[in-house]
Amino acid sequence: MKRLLAWRAAAWALGIVPLLTLVKWVVQGKLGANPVEFVEHYLGDWTLRLLLITLAMTPLRMLTRLTEPVRVRRILGLWAFAFLCLHFSMYLIFDLGFSLSQLSEDLMKRTYITLGFAAWLLLVPLAVTSTTGWQRRLKRRWITVHRFIYPAALLGSIHYLWLVKADIRQPLIYLSILLGLLAFRLPWSRWAHAPPGRAATEVKTN
Amino acid sequence: MLIKITDPFPVSSSEITPEALYAGRRRFLKQLGLAAGASIGGLGSLAAVVDAGAQLPSLNVARKSEMAGGESLTPYEAITHYNNYYEFGTEKDDPARNAGRLRTRPWSVVVDGECEAPGRIDLDDLIKPQVLEERIYRHRCVEGWSMVAPWVGFPLADVLKRFRPTSKAKYVAFYTLLDRLQMPDTARDVLNWPYREGLRIDEAMHPLAFLSVGLYGRVLPNQNGAPLRLTLPWKYGYKSIKSIVHMQFVERQPLTSWNESAPREYGFYSNVNPAVDHPRWSQAQERRLGEVFKRKTLMFNGYPEVASLYTGMDLRTYY
Repeated sequence: MKRLLAWRAAAWALGIVPLLTLVKWVVQGKLGANPVEFVEHYLGDWTLRLLLITLAMTPLRMLTRLTEPVRVRRILGLWAFAFLCLHFSMYLIFDLGFSLSQLSEDLMKRTYITLGFAAWLLLVPLAVTSTTGWQRRLKRRWITVHRFIYPAALLGSIHYLWLVKADIRQPLIYLSILLGLLAFRLPWSRWAHAPPGRAATEVKTN
Repeated sequence: MLIKITDPFPVSSSEITPEALYAGRRRFLKQLGLAAGASIGGLGSLAAVVDAGAQLPSLNVARKSEMAGGESLTPYEAITHYNNYYEFGTEKDDPARNAGRLRTRPWSVVVDGECEAPGRIDLDDLIKPQVLEERIYRHRCVEGWSMVAPWVGFPLADVLKRFRPTSKAKYVAFYTLLDRLQMPDTARDVLNWPYREGLRIDEAMHPLAFLSVGLYGRVLPNQNGAPLRLTLPWKYGYKSIKSIVHMQFVERQPLTSWNESAPREYGFYSNVNPAVDHPRWSQAQERRLGEVFKRKTLMFNGYPEVASLYTGMDLRTYY
């Protein structure tokens, strides 16, 4: 129990510390010459980091045989979504000035924005159905819905790769970690598509 | 997993004057015809803004032209810590951190190709006959940010004419220094080094085309392209090539670095044009450093006097 508390605290810290760090820099005026861009990039970076950390929990459980990693997935995933919402809001407010016509133009013409927006859309139902109540109500479909995190993380990483001007090292690091984490699930694909009985045991451990 | 929370503005090594510059400062001041204490007078009011660069020698500016419609200047700190200079790293704060190792003296420039008086000229000999003037220009980066900077230098045409280009000189090609030791990031092929740029000869001879050796009344900081850079206010920032070592008069349109890297995204002309989008983002708006909301981008960055250079050209094709 104590161990679970420690894992929970760590998961909360992974969201709160970067957020407070950002607030501190805003207050101190340490965001550099282009503060809006800095905050947008910072929030986008942390969205991807938190998504990757969330996706690392299942492999971590398999490797360590601990159950705590999957029990903090919800906290981590919701933090990732929170950062994503902040990232998207910055763009809506400061880049578009709330102009919906500009948003639709961007969505039609600029693929990296389309991809980022699609990632956000995919994650909305995950955030909404993240409660235990929804988990119970949706039963097996809940797992299907929550697999949206895979395409969302892929879209997010490609969104990053696509917008970079020439130096693609950073986005490639994120993308390779993501592909590694996804590949980790491949040998277990039979287990993931297991008959209802075994899938149910999987749900219980969440 | 790398989780790194980096302080966006640690004390940068560029705040330390390079040894060579320090050692050569007297010679440099003398050759620029500078009287001690020349920073008083018109430049005095800028003292607070240029504080961060106070160790760089002041320049003796003979004439000042405000050419940014009275817009307020972007602070020195922003202009010198938000740079695209990939030879010193691809993050905006990398050049301020890493460009300190660039030695800007001795420096010479080779001018050759289709001209009657080619040769290698010491930078101080290149500067000596020129009258230093300050020009306040808007600067628009292709990435969608902009600034207003007071450059110190002289018209590009005045320098080019000294080498007597022939009628075969239809274009001018420019090259940045390539030195693996001084420019650590050239070990990676983010771009095809050395950095190359080019202008059509009539663009190069246009009175707005400027060669800068200073910023805010002082010697140009390394991260801003010391000791000699182009300043072309009506074109996207990457056309204003930094740390020039070679200028060549050529008959054919020269290859330029960004055009070579992504021809669909960066053309040879690269005139600021709000009507022609970058394939991945709009160019209709820009964010002025220091502002949070975007403002409208002006055609030719607000320098309509260059429009006649492009009469009859479809600027969607020649972007």
